[in-house]
Amino acid sequence: MTDVMEIEERVKKIIVDQLGVNAAEVTPEASFVEDLGADSLDTVELVMALEEEFGIEIPDEEAEKIVTVKDAIAHIKAHPA
Amino acid sequence: MVTTPATGLEGKVAVVTGGSRGIGRAIALGLSARGAKVAICARNPEAAQKVVAEMEAAGAEGMAVAADISREAEAEGLIQAGIKRFGRLDILINNAGITKDGLLIRMKEEDWDMVLDVNLKGAFFTTRAALRPMLRAQSGRIVNISSVAGTMGIPGQANYSASKAGLIGFTKAVAKEVASRSITVNAVAPGFIETEMTAVLSEDRKKSYLGQIPMGRFGAAEEVAALVSFLVSEAASYITGQVITIDGGLRT
Ligand SMILES: NC(=O)c1ccc[n+]([C@@H]2O[C@H](COP(=O)([O-])OP(=O)(O)OC[C@H]3O[C@@H](n4cnc5c(N)ncnc54)[C@H](OP(=O)(O)O)[C@@H]3O)[C@@H](O)[C@H]2O)c1
Repeated sequence: MTDVMEIEERVKKIIVDQLGVNAAEVTPEASFVEDLGADSLDTVELVMALEEEFGIEIPDEEAEKIVTVKDAIAHIKAHPA
Repeated sequence: MVTTPATGLEGKVAVVTGGSRGIGRAIALGLSARGAKVAICARNPEAAQKVVAEMEAAGAEGMAVAADISREAEAEGLIQAGIKRFGRLDILINNAGITKDGLLIRMKEEDWDMVLDVNLKGAFFTTRAALRPMLRAQSGRIVNISSVAGTMGIPGQANYSASKAGLIGFTKAVAKEVASRSITVNAVAPGFIETEMTAVLSEDRKKSYLGQIPMGRFGAAEEVAALVSFLVSEAASYITGQVITIDGGLRT
């Protein structure tokens, strides 16, 4: 359980750092583009940062499906390093 | 007090495609002399290794990679090899290029494909691979060696002219994609430069070209290298998406 919590916190921190938003805005349903002001390059960089943080590789087809905070957390949980 | 000139490249790492002779060699040596660590590639590794030996003789670090940039795995492998050896990537010079001249009416599909694959697709492969570390660093310099063939068109070089014009569109689009991350992307369009590529021209063609060049001479590879050294320096930080012609006044 702590592992799961930890993943969520780490993902949220990356989103805050990469997109320069407040932690409070990073709700599960928040969309990077619609709600957090990301452009297409921001989302690419976000995926790169997630790959680095968790030591995984996210294929482009998968990356395209990561649209919200919830999607990112779910992807990381489903693909442990 | 010691101050680094705004054109100094100390601590920077560069990859130059086609650095074994001609313009690429001059660019690689120029970047090296300004303090950059330079990885170069060519299909023939011996010639590239000689250029690296020249850098090392001057006390700099360099690296030669055998890579055909028209092959995705080799182009990406070149970028990875440079990063692995030198730990970062600041500068990419897409210089490798070939010609397969002939009138369009007689041009074979393979001559078209080969020129486009090396000159244009090769730059796509290396640039795509280089952008990752540059985005991460939020800085970078990319220079694509185009040609006046791409801006004016040269008869007998429809394939080559198309590839060089393609590089210009590529330069402008990518420059806009990454400008907000302080990565600049520019193209250099040389006129006639004395290298093996132009050594094969007939005396008649050379004479006719010379007649069109206000300076009355071909350029030297080192003159192109000096321009490239400037474009990758800190001093050129606000120049992006541009095509800089260097041709002795041919196109003005
Ligand atoms: N010379 C001119 O007047 C002139 C004018 C305008 C633009 N340019 C452009 O400037 C660039 C350099 O021209 P240059 O005159 O210096 O030509 P060059 O003397 O023929 O040198 C070409 C370099 O590219 C390398 N190369 C060729 N195909 C390659 C491939 N598939 N993969 C990796 N490396 C490859 C060559 O090494 P290997 O053969 O061993 O692979 C060599 O190092 C070219 O893009 C050219 O179009 C030249």
